[in-house]
Amino acid sequence: MNESFREDVRSWLEANCPASMRTPAVEEDAVWGGRTETFKNPESKIWLERMAAKGWTTPEWPKAYGGGGLNPQEAQVLREEMQRLGCRSPLLSFGIWMLGPVLLKYGTEEQKLEHIPKIVRGEIRWCQGYSEPEAGSDLASLQMRADLSETGFTINGSKVWTSYAEQSDWIFCLVRTDSTVAKQKGISFVLVDMNQPGVKAEPIRLISGASPFCEVFFKDVKAPRNHLVGPLNGGWEIAKALLTHERQAISSMGLNPREEAVEVYCNKKLAGVGGLRSQPVFRDRVASLHMDLQAFSFAVEREAALQKAGHSPGAASSMFKYYGTELNKRRYETMMEAAGFESLGWTGLENEQDQQATRDWLRSKGNSIEGGTSEIQLNVIAKRVLGLP
Amino acid sequence: MQWEMSDEDKLLKQSADEFFREKLPVNSLRIMRDRNESKGFSPEIWRDMAELGWTSIIIPEEFGGLNLGLRGLSTVLEASGRTLAPSPLLPYALLSASVILEAGTAEQKLSLLPALVEGRLLMAVAHDEGSQSLRLPVSTQAVRSEEGFVINGLKSMVLDAPGADKLLVLARTRADQNNEGLSWFMIDRDAAGVELKTFRLVDGRLGCHIAFENVKAPFEALLGYEGKAQASYEKMLDAAAIGLAAEMFGSASAAFEMTLSYLKERKQFGVAIGSFQALQHRAAQMYCELELCRAAIQRAAGAYDAGESASSAYASLAKAKVSDVFAHIAREAVQLYGGIGMTDEHDIGFYLKRSRITAELFGNATYHRERYARLADF
Repeated sequence: MNESFREDVRSWLEANCPASMRTPAVEEDAVWGGRTETFKNPESKIWLERMAAKGWTTPEWPKAYGGGGLNPQEAQVLREEMQRLGCRSPLLSFGIWMLGPVLLKYGTEEQKLEHIPKIVRGEIRWCQGYSEPEAGSDLASLQMRADLSETGFTINGSKVWTSYAEQSDWIFCLVRTDSTVAKQKGISFVLVDMNQPGVKAEPIRLISGASPFCEVFFKDVKAPRNHLVGPLNGGWEIAKALLTHERQAISSMGLNPREEAVEVYCNKKLAGVGGLRSQPVFRDRVASLHMDLQAFSFAVEREAALQKAGHSPGAASSMFKYYGTELNKRRYETMMEAAGFESLGWTGLENEQDQQATRDWLRSKGNSIEGGTSEIQLNVIAKRVLGLP
Repeated sequence: MQWEMSDEDKLLKQSADEFFREKLPVNSLRIMRDRNESKGFSPEIWRDMAELGWTSIIIPEEFGGLNLGLRGLSTVLEASGRTLAPSPLLPYALLSASVILEAGTAEQKLSLLPALVEGRLLMAVAHDEGSQSLRLPVSTQAVRSEEGFVINGLKSMVLDAPGADKLLVLARTRADQNNEGLSWFMIDRDAAGVELKTFRLVDGRLGCHIAFENVKAPFEALLGYEGKAQASYEKMLDAAAIGLAAEMFGSASAAFEMTLSYLKERKQFGVAIGSFQALQHRAAQMYCELELCRAAIQRAAGAYDAGESASSAYASLAKAKVSDVFAHIAREAVQLYGGIGMTDEHDIGFYLKRSRITAELFGNATYHRERYARLADF
């Protein structure tokens, strides 16, 4: 490894990362980019612009499309140096995590030149249109129609569980382009500008009180022919590749190092009754959970090391999605029981942390549903890993 | 932490898997049981294992060992677990070796370790007492006399004692209530006053409790220093928990793979029963649990070899987790095999029986969860 590269990165970061961007990230300051971005913290705008100019919001993407053009070792050095300095991620983006890799693999040159630089710079915020009211676990049965004519696609139907659709500029969608063939064979992957008549996004209020998801309605919405990614009716393969990325992202939710360790939380909540040590039955349950969290993090670490050494990810993402989300639910159940009456409030509480914990408990219920339910993951493991018929 | 297998690891795994598949398949345990053999393992096979170097895996090179650490020995133990091999590697190559390494004087190491490497020193470890592993303070007494010590007490579940030449006995040399004042003694198995109470275990192996009645131990019988056994004992227990967990993981994996094959071949209602989602999900869940166990054992062995401070907690994690998962998989296996799973004719029942035994050795899951919580300070 070229040590002068590390030194260059280090001195550039030290010179260019604003002071407030070197403190732990807070949700209100998060930058998702796009036309509606307000940059609540002005330094976050400077930080994004400087990183984007280097292409370091997407370090490994090709320079031709605005990326950093780094090789994997260099990208690792950049990550390490950012971590060392405590730099925040300059941009959170479904464009980076989801659409970009798809365009780089399946997109035309014209599509790459048009869309990727705007993702790199955070100018356009993307959302993902997959699920529909009648197509959840059975995603391939999706119905939203895109009829192709000389002027391009005309889209009618609706998408649901679309994260942050209300704040997004564009949506990448799975649409039905042929209903006369087997369901997987008539699906296409299309990019749609949401800034046009006929598109309406309505937030869905969840049991946690938050509304991270929307239902999006499409009435005679237009997309030119060249907004098709990959072959016509060839969208299912792309969809499956993308779902693997999504599962990996969701499965790590149970491992957020910024959150308080479960035994610390429980001990604090049980302090009035002598802490965990005076509650042997409950303590055994916490120990069991703690062990599973620890063993799970070892398994994740092992998988990452093996993948780095060239093993293919295979269906491992299903295992981590299943186990990680179930574990996260168990963690919140345990926390709620430890909190007792302090887990029951909804609003008007003196302790905001209690209020948040209860909402997070409710939110965790979605983890084993979104991105493919636990039951679907078990199906995938049974068939693809274990070879059951 | 090295997660990927090195070429050396792979070679060791391959030769161990082959060895146990060919020389000690599950059927060898059945034969041992049916013939009511009194030794517990085959001396020829022990010699073969010594020649392969497995008696010396954790022993440093300066004493003629392979120095592959607990990580290396775990690989072999896992392979032995796959076929439920009646092999005394755990007591002779791990427990006594670890105690000699930790507690022995320089002189004792020089005289004992080469013998252990060559497979000439067969030493069982007598530490547990009562009917619950690790629950009671040691009450076996070693009282000083003119010529040495006199030992009195009862030890439980001494692994591979009938086949051993020597017993390594943990006894109290100071009458404190806590575990200060413990010492190790090397006693001939057939010394006067040593009475082995041997019985057949549920899985067909030999179990053994030992009564010590006014057993005379000369000063040379003391391994290491008087009253200083505590640290080496704790280290041995960590090694045992990890090594046994590796063996149990091998057994659990084999039971799972056998069951999986059965799900694919057994037909009912005109289809393979493995096509039913109710059974598929159970199989998939077992697979996930096994993957967690694999990582937990590998991490614990790595931490032990590197002398990390967390290695005791990781040892408890590995033993508790694998105890629960092995028991779960063994129960599921018998259920999924259906009628044939209840028969003595089929091998799967041996796995269920083995899971019961290994669960109780070197602290059961409940014990290790409590210890883990204590070590994690909650």
